[in-house]
Amino acid sequence: MTLNISAIKKDFPIFERSIRDGRKLIYLDSGATSQKPNVVIDAEGDFYRFRNAAVHRGAHQLAEEATDAYEGARAIVAHFLHADVDEIVFTKSATESLNLLCYAIGSAPLGNIFHLQAGDRIVVTEMEHHANLVPWQQLAKRTGCELVWFDVDSNGRLDLSNIDSLINDRTKIVALTHQSNVLGTINPLSEISKRTHEVGGLLVLDACQSVPHMAVDVTGLDIDFLAFSGHKALGPTGVGVLWGRSELLGQLPPFLFGGSMIETVTMTDSTWAPAPRKFEAGVPNMAQAVGLGAALQYLTKIGLDNIHEHEISLTGDLIAGLQDISHLKIFGPTDLHSRGGVVSFAVDGIHPHDLGQYLDSQGIAVRTGHHCAWPLNRKLGVAATTRASVYLYNEKSDIDALINGVIAAKNYFGVKA
Amino acid sequence: MNLDHLYQEVILDHYKHPQNKGLSVAKDVQVHHLNPSCGDELTLNLSMIEGIVSAVTWEGVGCSISMASASVMSGLLLGKSTDQAQIIFDSFLTLMQSKGTQSGDEEVLEDAVAFSGVSKYPARIKCALLAWMAYKDAALQIANRTA
Ligand SMILES: Cc1ncc(COP(=O)(O)O)c(C=O)c1O
Repeated sequence: MTLNISAIKKDFPIFERSIRDGRKLIYLDSGATSQKPNVVIDAEGDFYRFRNAAVHRGAHQLAEEATDAYEGARAIVAHFLHADVDEIVFTKSATESLNLLCYAIGSAPLGNIFHLQAGDRIVVTEMEHHANLVPWQQLAKRTGCELVWFDVDSNGRLDLSNIDSLINDRTKIVALTHQSNVLGTINPLSEISKRTHEVGGLLVLDACQSVPHMAVDVTGLDIDFLAFSGHKALGPTGVGVLWGRSELLGQLPPFLFGGSMIETVTMTDSTWAPAPRKFEAGVPNMAQAVGLGAALQYLTKIGLDNIHEHEISLTGDLIAGLQDISHLKIFGPTDLHSRGGVVSFAVDGIHPHDLGQYLDSQGIAVRTGHHCAWPLNRKLGVAATTRASVYLYNEKSDIDALINGVIAAKNYFGVKA
Repeated sequence: MNLDHLYQEVILDHYKHPQNKGLSVAKDVQVHHLNPSCGDELTLNLSMIEGIVSAVTWEGVGCSISMASASVMSGLLLGKSTDQAQIIFDSFLTLMQSKGTQSGDEEVLEDAVAFSGVSKYPARIKCALLAWMAYKDAALQIANRTA
């Protein structure tokens, strides 16, 4: 089904404003954060307006309603991922979800299934966002584990040729991104999860760039943990999700300690509430979780398959348009198979900052820089790139504006046509 | 906002034809500075003879603003005493922090007044200051060494 973009755009109040002296906003930076529809802004605001109270505490009506709203949001997330409601942990972001996992694993005592020993192996990939690299790298340093990684090939795909030696018997964790936030590559999970589980390891998926854009069913993926951020999925900032298989969450030690996450406390010892509460110390970001619930309902109503199809069609136009521009290089797959709506590129003679600045003067918002994936940039041999990323509210005219903008920037900076 | 105010001719000229680019063999100190938010990098060699800047050379990768700023700065500081250089540095910093309200003292800053438009773009101020902060660091190291 094709999306009715003009109707969708009306749901997003930000598109009513103009940019840089009256220009239409052309937002091609949803990979960094998405815009918010009114239903999300209202859900968050209405929580404060009508239901605000500390969840899981207090015997009054407001506390009851706040708890219902918060737990209702958890049920929506669970439904969205095809997970059990107790498998959904609210965090403040994907970054926090991944750090929670790393710190919890790092504190697992001998005898716990998560316990790491010196010489154990953690496997990542060269295309990870810093959020799914640095926490593992530091965990490896703290525990004496070996950190190894899959290389990225010249087409921007993972090189799986050495999968059997990379994921070996000592491998405890394989952490990788579902979709690269720089290349747009969607990684082949089944081969990796098969091998990971063959050696008894755990597969951790950074789904920041996939969950907002395509249907993700955790029961069909053969993975163990998954993280994503609400703000990239039309939701508010300040809320993220960690999903884990319930038998694993049961054994994973807590990370943050404090109120709400305990079962009993004495002056000298404590026991923990069952998951997910065990991982949600303190009064959580309630209004934000409720906003995320509204966001996922909105996405469901439009249909993740429709959204994905729409984005792939725009990505095809975008890649074709960029390929027509001389002295421009695209980083990442140029075929539409197993790739999402994130396209990074570089133009000879124009630094990405300058290109981004020029596009901004035309009302076009793109991301420039290393996109929090410095090692990948080094591999690609560029200090920075320009990245355009699309979402459900983008339309073909946005792509045309970007292509024309890049051509005009070449003219402006006087580089070869 | 007019983009031409940001990308003045002088800036684009220096970007395309940078001065003092290419590191000198001899130097008193070498510093390496980077802008972690965008990946711009700059290496700067500084030499002083009796309190006078005798050589500033640099190498780097970055946007037109950061590279042109390195070029303009190196030309401006060459032959200046540390005190004069400090006055120029302070004047440039004030201009960058002016949020577009100042046009810069041409007597002191010469070509560097071309960067006045940068102060209206908060994300670009760091680009313009990359080389200047490298100079400050290098000058301080030399001062500490001789002190
Ligand atoms: C692939 C990927 N992983 C992790 C993150 C981190 O997300 P957040 O900053 O919301 O925690 C991002 C966001 O840029 C991302 O694109």
